[in-house]
Amino acid sequence: MINIVWAIVFVLVAPLIGGLIAGIDRKITAHMQGRVGPSIFQPFWDVGKLFEKENGVVNETQIFYAICYVIFMAFTGALFFAGGDLLLVIFALTLAQIFLVLGAYSANSPYSFVGAERELLQIMAYEPMVILVAVGLYVATKSFSVSDIASSTVPVILLIPGIFLGFIYVLTIKLRKSPFDISTSHHAHQEIVKGVTTEFSGRSLAWIEITHWYETVLLLGIVYLFFAFNPLLGIAAIIIVYLLEIFLDNTNARAKWQFALKSSWLIAVVVGVVNLAALYVLNGGVS
Amino acid sequence: MTYLAKSPWILHYDASSCNGCDIEVLACLTPMYDVERFGILNTGNPKHADIFVITGSINEQNREIVKNLYDQIPRPNVVVAVGICACSGGVFRECYNVSGGIDKVIPVDVYVPGCACRPESIIDGIVTALGILEEKRTKMVLDVDKKEHRHAGLNPDHILSTGGVQ
Repeated sequence: MINIVWAIVFVLVAPLIGGLIAGIDRKITAHMQGRVGPSIFQPFWDVGKLFEKENGVVNETQIFYAICYVIFMAFTGALFFAGGDLLLVIFALTLAQIFLVLGAYSANSPYSFVGAERELLQIMAYEPMVILVAVGLYVATKSFSVSDIASSTVPVILLIPGIFLGFIYVLTIKLRKSPFDISTSHHAHQEIVKGVTTEFSGRSLAWIEITHWYETVLLLGIVYLFFAFNPLLGIAAIIIVYLLEIFLDNTNARAKWQFALKSSWLIAVVVGVVNLAALYVLNGGVS
Repeated sequence: MTYLAKSPWILHYDASSCNGCDIEVLACLTPMYDVERFGILNTGNPKHADIFVITGSINEQNREIVKNLYDQIPRPNVVVAVGICACSGGVFRECYNVSGGIDKVIPVDVYVPGCACRPESIIDGIVTALGILEEKRTKMVLDVDKKEHRHAGLNPDHILSTGGVQ
């Protein structure tokens, strides 16, 4: 069942939570590097600042793509938190991501192009694993509906631990963390100019930042689904997974895109497909 | 206070510096000085930047580049000339290929002398720049208001606010 209240709550509250997560992330990162670090509200100030800046745009199409990106991401998240179809959520997520790529391509800039190509390669890298997550959750709970999965009492994580591990692996790509912050990075001055966001400035960049907050909340929501049989465990898992991502971010140099692509597909095949195959065998064939 | 002063992003360009000042600029980012605690990020992209930090002097090779970078930074923005070469040309001012300080090409808001500058003085220069950034923002908002008033057929001098429409 679609629950419209949750959808509205997501659209309104997710940027606050996502921004706060980003702020805590920066603080912990700074402490890991032996620095004091900015306030945990820094991401909000950054976005506030971007809205105060002059709205310099390369072309008007770019604004359209940036706005589509935020709208589709909010739609994806709303659909997820309303308890919609997980498959639709995953494809809407990809669609939103494609708008960012189109926005980067719409500017006639070599840096933007390189960023867009790398973003596409990243999409290619994580997509098989993300689809396997939907399949795995279906096999475990016999439903694609997020509300059914969330209210299921089946200990999903025990049935599909491999798929969970694979998802954690591609989550690094989705959250733009090292070693897979290939198309753009939150760290200052790392990507060639600034990758996929090079040509965005002012307001459109602020929207892209807000979209990333939406995306973070959505992805952590997917982590929760694996532990939905025990909400406390689910929240603990979200915190541990995010801390792990911060740890990885600070201990790894960035990898080449070839490695990102090959390793994600390999992980998807090895842990994802093997996990699914094991489930089929244990269940006594396809049911 | 606006958000602008809480989140200044920097574009650092080495005009024709000996690299001494550049190393001091980067030293500001280390755990020792940690300018990120003020929300300062060293972005590599002029379109994301608020403060343009330049080290070294202007020569014929980089004149166009400095101007181009400055034009790409969205308003309001400020320019900080770091090091004596960026301020006036320093010991290289008499060289046949050096035109002088950064202010030969673009307007400079803060001069940070030194050879090489201490990280403390660079941070001080940036913090001074934040005040100027605020002023420019207020002026920008006021200009937009005046323009709107003019379009509406009102007298633009009637605006007294320091930001926002009255």
